[in-house]
Formats: sequence, structure tokens, C-alpha cells
Amino acid sequence: MEDIVNAVVLLTNFLVVPATAYGCQLALGALGVTLVYGVLRFSNFAHGETMAFGAMVTILFTWLLQYQGVTLGPLPTALLALPAGMAVTAGLCLLTDRWVFRFYRRSRAQPVMLLVVSVGVMFVLNGIIRFVIGPADRVFTDGARFLFTVRDFKAWTGLSEGLAIKTTQTLSVVVAIILVAALFWFLEKTRTGKSMRAFSDNEDLALLSGINPERVVAVTWLIVGCLAAVAGTLYGLDKSFKPFTFLSLLLPIFAAAIVGGLGNPLGAIVGGFVVAFSEVLLTYPYRKFLAYLGPEGWRPDGLVQFLSTDYKFAVSFFILVVVLLVKPTGIFSGRSS
Amino acid sequence: MSDTPARFPLRLARAPRKPLLFAAMAALIGLVGIGQSWSLALTIMNLCLISAIMTLGVNIQWGYAGLFNAGVMGFAALGGLAGVLVSMPPVGAAWRAGGAGVVLALAMGLVTIAAAMLVYRRLRRPASRKLAVALVVAAGYFAARALFEPAVRAIEGVDPSRTGYLGGFGLPVVLSWFAGGALAAGAAWAAGKISLGLRADYLAIATLGISEIIVAFLKYEEWLARGVKNVTGLPRPVPYEVDLQAAARFREWAESLGASPVELSSIVVKLCYAGLFALVLLVLMWLSEAALRSPWGRMMRAIRDNETAAEAMGKDVTARHLQVFVLGSAVVGIAGAMLATLDGQFTPTTYHPLRFTFLIWVMVIVGGSGNNWGAVLGGFMVWYAWVEAEPLGLWLMDLLTFPLGADHPLRVHLMDSAAHMRLVVMGVVLLLVLRFAPQGLIPEERR
Amino acid sequence: MSFLTGADLVGGYGGPDILRGCAIAAERGEITVVVGPNGAGKSTAMRALFGMLTLRSGSVRLGGEDITALAPQARARKGMGFVPQTDNVFRSMTVQENLEMGAFVRDDDISGTLDEVYGLFPALKDKRRQPAGELSGGQRQQVAIGRALMNRPRVLMLDEPSAGVSPIVTRELFERILDIAQSGVAVLIVEQNARQALELADKGYVLVQGRNRFTGTGEMLLANPEVRQSFLGG
Repeated sequence: MEDIVNAVVLLTNFLVVPATAYGCQLALGALGVTLVYGVLRFSNFAHGETMAFGAMVTILFTWLLQYQGVTLGPLPTALLALPAGMAVTAGLCLLTDRWVFRFYRRSRAQPVMLLVVSVGVMFVLNGIIRFVIGPADRVFTDGARFLFTVRDFKAWTGLSEGLAIKTTQTLSVVVAIILVAALFWFLEKTRTGKSMRAFSDNEDLALLSGINPERVVAVTWLIVGCLAAVAGTLYGLDKSFKPFTFLSLLLPIFAAAIVGGLGNPLGAIVGGFVVAFSEVLLTYPYRKFLAYLGPEGWRPDGLVQFLSTDYKFAVSFFILVVVLLVKPTGIFSGRSS
Repeated sequence: MSDTPARFPLRLARAPRKPLLFAAMAALIGLVGIGQSWSLALTIMNLCLISAIMTLGVNIQWGYAGLFNAGVMGFAALGGLAGVLVSMPPVGAAWRAGGAGVVLALAMGLVTIAAAMLVYRRLRRPASRKLAVALVVAAGYFAARALFEPAVRAIEGVDPSRTGYLGGFGLPVVLSWFAGGALAAGAAWAAGKISLGLRADYLAIATLGISEIIVAFLKYEEWLARGVKNVTGLPRPVPYEVDLQAAARFREWAESLGASPVELSSIVVKLCYAGLFALVLLVLMWLSEAALRSPWGRMMRAIRDNETAAEAMGKDVTARHLQVFVLGSAVVGIAGAMLATLDGQFTPTTYHPLRFTFLIWVMVIVGGSGNNWGAVLGGFMVWYAWVEAEPLGLWLMDLLTFPLGADHPLRVHLMDSAAHMRLVVMGVVLLLVLRFAPQGLIPEERR
Repeated sequence: MSFLTGADLVGGYGGPDILRGCAIAAERGEITVVVGPNGAGKSTAMRALFGMLTLRSGSVRLGGEDITALAPQARARKGMGFVPQTDNVFRSMTVQENLEMGAFVRDDDISGTLDEVYGLFPALKDKRRQPAGELSGGQRQQVAIGRALMNRPRVLMLDEPSAGVSPIVTRELFERILDIAQSGVAVLIVEQNARQALELADKGYVLVQGRNRFTGTGEMLLANPEVRQSFLGG
């Protein structure tokens, strides 16, 4: 019996907890991609860099606060700097729209043209980020590292397996829940939010109803900027901030958005968790877990791992391929054309 | 009639645009030769030639058919892999240690696929069919891995510091250019099968994914091409500098020119490469132009310009797109193999999407999508700018921050970061061209 | 001077002109029907009245005011409602939300108008929490009309309301449209289904190749042998 409990704790510690935190981060990223897609109708390849930009601004403000001796006690100081990061990133999104995307929107360019344009934006942002903060790895989390540690857990329960939850993981979940709840309240209950959904659903009819497209687009970028800054910061806090990782995050983020149905916010969240859990489930070595469940003293040979962690990006890709082959509109039927 | 005088000089200005731009490009490379060194100028030119070929490949996809391939990096890397597999000598000990195991594992994989297809055909009830197929695939996967893993361990254990992989076929490296094209074409076929016929964005994301996986595969599968341990010393299709320097006739020739044998040998080697690459470029260029002019090319452009109409006329748009996607990727694969040949080594960690995918896109857009000459010019110009932006940016930054004093922290930071500015420059150039000259430097010809 | 008038309309979608000087007028409390063969420019004329294409010449006046230069959104604010032929509901949004979006430009309390629309189309009230995309064709058409009514329009324009709807449902729909006109709205309908629409019309226009061919009351047009021969299938 105790072995089974140990096995469950083991899985929780190494699989459920990290995957949940990662899922929250991906969901926030995918929400940004899906909102841009729903309202502006193109896949924004610059979204990864937008996240990195938001994280960078948050880091800069965190340093400033730390330099002035301001901290948040057990919580990371970055939390205090986050609103500034969100504001600056939202401003950046509005500016890029003004300077870059608006022209193509007004000339009703093909979506693929906007995609190429977003590659240009990606380059510029990538360069700016490296120029300002450099390409190196930045760890910017402070405060208490753990909500509770393996040792605490073992002392409470007397189990031989431990469970630890990092502050940054808790933060990812809490912040994501708050943000998603606020977003859905906005989309479902407010007039502006409903007009955004209406615009995304049927642009021509929205125009006929007197909805101002520029306002919808501006609100969308504002939200996307905030979401990207939060997603980037949470990811950076939980792992570490390395500018080039955000380009490779594009794949799981797009996979999450497509799995859920591009343009569908609820789908993006579910997609984020599907991708995160599949990634961790398939790359986790089950050797110790099976040893607990099997007969006394037995251990499987090998790691019992479906896929080496080196291939975690392949997981998002395979999910993507399955969805494209089976149901190209995604689980929640986003747009396919 | 009244606007004839105004139009005339414009037409005059447009006529010699192509040769003029290429002449300017040659002058720019010459400038490096005079200002920096001829050896460097030739290095830049060789990479320009390879970039031009890659751009040609992407232009076939984007310019002819409007397909966005975000996986150029992966296809180029497959070309590099071909360089290793074709040219390196086979490692006999590794083959004896694990060759059979790897071959068996691959066979097991094929058997699994065949079995899964058989089960799929035999069973009728959807629920049991899915379950059975899943079980067969899972069983096959684990069986193949059980064969594969010990074999890989054995192979990677053979003299790991020098080999630790199966090696190649020991054939002339030039053959790898064909093999690279074929490998990339195969991967493109698979990627296209999945994602073509769906939204344009899906192709972009699918290819982005495939290229990430290809590069991950090349990094971590050490038994195949040593992964991150790199394969160096790929045999060359041209003479080695040391051999030239050792040859008496070459030394005499250098003496008669008044050049140092060391410097001259390096230039001669690079010229040999340049000749080979230019030959490939010319052949591909000729083929591309012929294709563009053929009824096939006309049909491709018709499909690009109005997919719905082409479909209504009974054209199989998806099949045509697959064709053009495979062809373009093959050209990228050829360029990838040439790059590995030029480098003389295969280093999977150097494949970065900004450099190998998105920079190529800048080349295509700047040069002029839909025009092969434009693509080639874009490849040259953008590569040149990419390389020369670094010293130029550093020099500029030095000049700008000079008043701050030598060890001012801001100056130090800016000098350290100056190199990253070229990313910004590339992005801005891309955006400006898209906005103000979407046709690129050499616009598509309306035939 | 009629309430809504489009005079000497000339224009198209960038290519050759589709409208070649046609004129259409609608009166409050009346139903005006525009019929004509395929490609005659019926829908284009309606779009021109709503400002959805750029006119090369001609003018549009609403209640005496020249609105030729106004964007569609501005015309919506002036009290013009438009029901497109296809894609005329927000599929992913509920019936109620569709109606709310119809009242987007209003800042006052909309519950009264909401009740009126539910009174006109009682079936919608039961389905108000259901996404509009899940409704039947006829009910979807009701949502579309209801959405346009939410702005309390003075002019309601309908592009082929009977398209894709069974004849029985069309009859029912036309009766509701009659109710709407009687409440003082100027209703303008473009119809392929000419006979049924003209039976209802106070005034009818027959357009051919972007020009007015016949104009008269619905009865007159139905009685005109030439119109019957050419446009009503005998």
C-alpha cells in the first residue's frame, strides 16, 4: 500500500507538478497566438519574441527594484515588476501594429503575407532583446525557492518519496488562473469583449453592426501584449531566461493553439495542457515508478522512457500532426479556412 | 499619349536594372578584396553562391506557388548529413559492433508499419481497429527499440573520441550534393503530405516543427553522424592547400606572380570551390528558368494567383503544391550539402533557425519573389550585408560611443552588443522591402 | 423626396461598372422590392446604398441628408440596418449575444427592444442561450433580422431573405417583415424569388444590367405582361 502511495507521490513530484506549471505557461502563450489569429487572422511568428521581450522588460524592472532594495519577501520581486513589463509589452504590440501590421490589414493582404511580415518583426525584436540584455542565461528569481520542500513533505508524511513545489510553479498556476478568469470574464461579459468575439466570428457583420475594427484590434494587441509578458516572465522564472529558447517555444505554443482550434481561447488553454502533459508523460522515465508497483526488490532494466528528453519538441509536433490528420479544425473547432 | 514622355526615361532606367545590380554586387565583393583581403572576398563569395542556391530553392516554393516553408534549416541540415554519409569512410568496427542491430531495428520499424496497415485493412469495426493499430504500433516501437538501443551503445562505444558512429560510404563528396537533395526531398514529401491542402499557416508551422526535429535528431543520434561531437575532415572535391604548397610547379608559379605560396594556395582553393558552386548555380538556374517558362510554370503561377479558379478548372492544387514543395526543398538540400563540403565538417549545433530559415527568407523577399535572378541577387546581397554588417556595426558603434571614454560601462555594453544589431537591420530591411517595394529588387516578370 | 434615395448610382468593385445609373428610393412604412435577373446589380445596388462600395458617381440621401461619403458604420449609427444574404449571424455567439451586438452602437437601455424582437420572433426567446450557428436556416434568418432591428433602424435592408429557406418559412418570414414595415420602418428587399416578394411590395424596381427597367407598385409589375414574360417566368 505504501508503495502505491510512494509511486503516486513520485509521479506527482516529477510529472504532474512540472507539467501543470508548464501547461499554464504554454496556455498563456497559446492564448496570445489564438487571439491574434482570431481577430487579425494570421499566425504571428513574432509571438515567441514578444514573450521574451515582456520577460526582458520585467527583468530590467526587477533589477531596478532590487537595486533600490525593494523585495516582496518570500515572493519573487519580479511579481512587482510584472505590471510594468505588461504595460511596456502592450505598448510595443500597439506600436508594431501601428507601424507594421495596420498597413497590411487595411490593404486586406493575404494572411500568409502577414505571416512573412511577422517574421520581420521577429528579427527586429530578437535583435533588440539581444542588444539590450545580451544572449546569456539570466536567473532573476528571488525570495523563497519552495512552497514546501522534499524534506518538509517527508517529515509530514513519513513517506520515502518526497514532493516539493517551487514558488515559481505555484505562481505560474495562480497567476494563470487569475489572468484566464479575468480574460474570460472580459470576453463573455463586457461589451468590448463581446465585440471582440463578434469581430473574430464574422468581420463583415461586425462592421455592419457598427463595431469599430481599429478599437477591437487595439484591445486585442493590448491583451496579447499583457498575456505574452506574463507568459514569458513565468516561463523565465520557472526555468531561466535565455533569449533563444523563446524561438523554440513557438512550436509547442502553436501546437497548443492548433490542437485547441485556432481562434478559440478555451481551446488554447486545453491545448496548452494537452501539449505540456504529453511532453512530460512521454519523456518521463518510469523506471522507479514501476519498481514501486512491481514485486519487492524488482526493477525494470533501462529507464522505461517512451522518448528521450532530447526529443520533447517532437512530442508537440506529433500531436500537431495527429490533429492535422484527424481533425484540422482542432478539438474545439476553431477556423480552418 | 500625353504621358509618353514621362514614361520613356522610366523604361530606360528599368531596362539595364538586372546587369546593373549584379555589377554593383560584384563591385561590393571587389571592395572587400581591396579593402580587407581577396581571401576573405572569396570566402564571402562562396557563401553567397550557396545562399543564392538556397534562396533559389525557397523562391521555387514561395515565388512560384506561394508556399511558406519555415523549415529551410532542417532541409539544409539534411544536406549536411548527406555530406557525412556519402563522403566519410565507413567505420568497419562500428558496423561489426552494431550495424546488424541498427539494420534489424529499422527493418522492425518497417515490419511494424506494414503490420499496422494490414491490421487496419483487415478489421472493420472502428473501435477495435484503432485499438489494434495502436497496440501493433506500440509493440513494434518497443521491439524496435529493444534491438536498437544495444546496437547504438555498441556503435557509440567504438573509439568514441574519433569515431563512435557508422561512418559513410567513402564516395566522392560531390555525390553528396545529389544525396542531400534526395534526403531533403524525402523529408519534404512527408511534411507536405501532412500539411499541404490545409491552411497556408499550417504548412509554416509543420515545417518549423519538422526542421526542429531534424536538427534535434542530428544532434542526439551520435551513431549516425556523431551528433554534437561533430564530424570533421570531410574529404574535399578540390586540392588541399598544403599539397599545392608542396608542389614545385605551384611554388614557381607563385614566384612568377610575386605572391606568397601560402596566400596563393588559399585563393586557388577557394576559386576552385567558387567554380564548382557557380557551375551548380548555373545548372539550377537554367533548370529553374526553363521550368518557369514551361507550361508547368505557367500553371503553377496560375494556381498561385487564383487557387479557387485553378481548382475549378480541374487542377489538383494540392498535388501541384506537393511537387513544387519537394523540388524547392531538394534544392535547399543540395545547398546544405555544398555548405558542409565547403566547411569540410558537419556541426549540427550551428543550425539555427534565424540564420538558416529566416535569413533565407529575407534573401527571397529582398531579391524579388517569383524571379530567379532576383532570388540569386537577394542571396548575394543579404549574405554580404549579414557578414559585413558585423565589422561595420562595430566600427559605427565605436565611433558613436567614442566620446564616452574607453571604459565607460555603457560603451562596453554597446560594443559587446553591436553584433546583435544586424538582426535588427535584417528585420528592418525585410519590413521596409515588404512595405515599400514588395516586388523586391528584381520584380517578377509578367510573361 | 423619399426617405432613402439613391440617385444615378454608378460604380462596381474595381472592375467594370456593375451599376450604370440606377435609382432606388424607399419610403417609411412601405416595403420596396428590387428584382431582376442574375447579375443585374441588385445586391450591388443595396451595398451601394449602405456604403459598402465606392461609387464613381451618384448620391445617397437619408431623410434629406446627403450620406454618400459616410462609411457603413456611420450609416449604421444613422439608423440603417442591413441583413446580408449569407454569413448574417455570429455563429459562435448565442442568440441573445447576436441581438446585443446588433445594438452595439446604442448607449441606452436595450431591454425594451430585446422584448420587441422576442415578441416578433417568439421561437428565438426559447433559444436565446443557444449559439446561432446551431439553429435551423429559418431561425438563423430570424436572428439576422432581429440583430438588424436591435438598432431600431429607420431603414431595414434585406438581401435575399428567402435564400436557402423553405417556401413555408419564407411566407412566415415575409409576414414578419410586413409587421416591421407597418411599425414605420422603410424596408428594402432584394429578391431572387420575385413573385412572392412583389406580392408584398408597395413599390417594385426591376433592374437590368445596372439600370432601372421598370418601376411601379408591386401589383402593377405583377400585372405587366412584359415583366411577367421576362422576369417572372410567364
